[in-house]
This record gives sequence, C-alpha cells and structure tokens, in this order.
Amino acid sequence: MSTLVKARIEVNGTVREVEIEPRTLLADVLREKCSSKGTHIGCEHGVCGACTVLLDGEPVRSCLTLAVQADGRSVETVESLAEPDGSLNELQSAFHRHHGLQCGYCTPGILMSLTALFRTAGSPSEGEIRDFLQGHICRCTGYQQMIEAALEVSEHAESEHAEAEPAGTEHAGTGQ
Amino acid sequence: MKPQGFEYHAPQSVKEAVELLGELGPDAKILAGGQSLIPLLNLRLAAPEHLIDIGRIGELRERRRENGTLRLGAATRHAELLSEPEIGDGCPLLPLAARYIGHPQIRTRGTMGGSLSHADPSAELPAVAVALDATMVIRSVRGERRVPAGDFFVSFLSTGLAEDELLVAIEFPVTGPRAGSAFGEVAARAGDFAMAGAAAVVRVGEDDRVTDARVVCTSVGDKPVRVPAAEEALRGRTADDAVLAEVEAAVAGQLDPGPQLKVSAGYKRRTAAVLARRAVRQSWRIASERTA
Repeated sequence: MSTLVKARIEVNGTVREVEIEPRTLLADVLREKCSSKGTHIGCEHGVCGACTVLLDGEPVRSCLTLAVQADGRSVETVESLAEPDGSLNELQSAFHRHHGLQCGYCTPGILMSLTALFRTAGSPSEGEIRDFLQGHICRCTGYQQMIEAALEVSEHAESEHAEAEPAGTEHAGTGQ
Repeated sequence: MKPQGFEYHAPQSVKEAVELLGELGPDAKILAGGQSLIPLLNLRLAAPEHLIDIGRIGELRERRRENGTLRLGAATRHAELLSEPEIGDGCPLLPLAARYIGHPQIRTRGTMGGSLSHADPSAELPAVAVALDATMVIRSVRGERRVPAGDFFVSFLSTGLAEDELLVAIEFPVTGPRAGSAFGEVAARAGDFAMAGAAAVVRVGEDDRVTDARVVCTSVGDKPVRVPAAEEALRGRTADDAVLAEVEAAVAGQLDPGPQLKVSAGYKRRTAAVLARRAVRQSWRIASERTA
C-alpha cells in the first residue's frame, strides 16, 4: 500500500482534515469521510457528470480529481445549496416545479454546474445553459424541463437586475 | 473502478519535478489536470508506481506575450483559453478550438500541456499547435530543448518526449494582421471525441492573395495530419469557390483514416475535407478583412 497523505479540504465551509491513500478520489472522500452523500458517482471516468462539485467555485468532476489535488482548496457540494432553514433554494425549487428530475441520480451534479453558471453569467441565455448541461447525462427527463427550470431562474435574475437598476440607467462597462 | 495504489509526489518547482522524473523515469507518470490520466487510472488501463503532480508549480502557469510570441505555461487550462482575452488576442485559433474540448466541467481542470503530451489523435490542441507552428519547450535534468509542433507528435498517444522530459511551455507565433484562423469539428454529441476535425491558418498579402497557409486535420490518423497539397493550392490565390474545391479535393485525396467506432473511414475522410474547406474559407475571409 502506498504512503498515506494528509489533505485539508474546506467542504461547504467546514475544514476537513483527512488522511488518505493518494489514489483516493475526491468523490470518495466527500462521500465516505465527509458524510456528503449527495455527491453521486456514476460512470467514474468523467463522462456522466453526476459527481460534479465546485472546486474553488469552478465546476469539476470529483471522480477525475484526486482528493490530494484539493488540498488547501474549497469544495462545494449539493448539500450547500439549501437555504439556512433547510428549504430548497431558488434553483432547486424551479427544478421541483418544472419536474427537472425523475430518479434524481444526475441532479446534484447538474445543480452544481448550473450554480457555477449562474454565479458567473448572472442571467445566462438558453445557449449558455445548454452548453453547461452538455456535460451531464440524464436518462430520465430528456433535459427539456431542466432547461425550462434554469431559464425561469435566469429570467427572474434578469428582472431583479432590471429593478435594481431602473430603465434608462446607463449600464457602465457591459460593453453593450 | 478506483485507481491502483501509487506513490504521490508534489514538486513545487520545475527543477524539482524534472529531478524526480530523472530519478523515477519509466515508473512515473506526470499528473497535470488529470482529465485524461485519471480516467485511465480509474479504468486501470494505467497503473504507474509513481505520480508526479505538477499542479502546484506556479512557473508552469506563466503567460507572456513579447516580440510576436505568445508563451503559455504547460499548466494553462482549457477554460483559460476561452476566458483570458490576451490569449485570444494573440492567437484567435486557441479559443476557437477550445470550445470543442470536452465539456465546461472538463475544461476547468484539463491543461494544454497535458493534452499535447497525451497526444490523443482525436484531440483538438495537437492539430492547433501544428497549424499555428508552435514550439514546444521541453525540460529535463539534461537541460532544455525546443521542438517544433510538427515534429513533436510521433504516433497514437506518443510524442517526442523522452521518459525524463517535461513539457513546460508552448510558444505560439502571434497570428497578427492580414491573417485569419478557424477550426471545425464533428462529434456524435457535443463534447465527445471528434470523429473528424480541421484547423486552418491563412495569411494574405495586400491583394488578398494567400501568401502562406496551414491546413491540419485531426482524428483522421495516428497524429495531426498536415495537408501540404491543400496549402499549395492556396498559395498566390484568393479563396474562391474553385480554389476551395481544390482544397477539399486535396484533403480527401491525402487522408487515409481507419474506421472508428460508429464511423467509416470514408465518412471521416469526407467530413474532414468539408471541415477543412470551411475552415480555409473562414480563415481567408478573416485575413482579408483584418487590415489593421
């Protein structure tokens, strides 16, 4: 057996120190050592996207990341999404309303990818949403309901943005 | 499945990394972004005794543009090719091709040096590096050497890198004015391995006639395939329909791909030829409009 290594990973705001074999995948550390079973493992070679989490805010495959590679970095999983009172957040609620899941196996990864997209793009277009969903396989829904759910959240974000900045205000720096 | 056990090394500098490589050589694999290597480990198609993780070496993330050259550290991630304006300004072909690499969730981890060293014959960046006439900067304990991209790729998953060598940076000539580039690819689904692809870089003179062109196809051989007859057909001419037809015929005439899962050799050859024609047309159009 190979020498054990230590990794210090912030998982959903809590610092976890784990001692692991270097071959241990981030997905397995999350599930087995951090009680974060919301991160699902599907294909285990990067194709299906079920295990997608955010590493320093960026969506990555936790099955294609060794846990030691996450040493000193922060990870966000699907467990971080719910509101403080435990209710579903806006994106999760939209998935619920639009029937954006059936068996739910792929859902955690998809929610994390879309969470990253919403953070960077604000109110992403359908094209941007589809571009992010292309990295995920769902065998139940046919994807359309997920796109509808994400578009609803996007439109809501856009209208909130418009309220915050009344019509007629110059949008400085948007280049539009 | 899970990877087989290995000893893990995390050097902090290129010097330290090449010393480790020199010592461990054939028993070690380099881990960069891991988006090709970790699937191979998980599937146990690879089971190295040592893994040298170069992900914590800052000098491999350099990005410099000077004297008409864009130098990118080997650990530059695919996502950065799309997000960093300096890269697209210097070499527009890099972001044009990067959007075809895997998925957004792969591009956040996968690196340029990793893709080039892995040399998958269906990958985008090897063809792009040949089309842009890039130079590979390679380091070992024996010193540094520089290899043109055209000589770097040897065969299926095989490059000119010796067992003790590390690709540390790639230097791209800045594409510049009166030059254009384009990339096209066909895959069964977005993000899948390409069934055929083509990159083109075209330079024109004051009269919009082509002074220099490169046409390189991917996923149609054991390494990127340059098509000299297509490049020759363009020289001294404008990319009108007759010339573009010659380009397409030259590509179809030269390529000799084998069949692949899902697609026949004929499909790959025809598709690559059409993609090359489109990439040349688009490159020429950009070149003749970029007068600045």
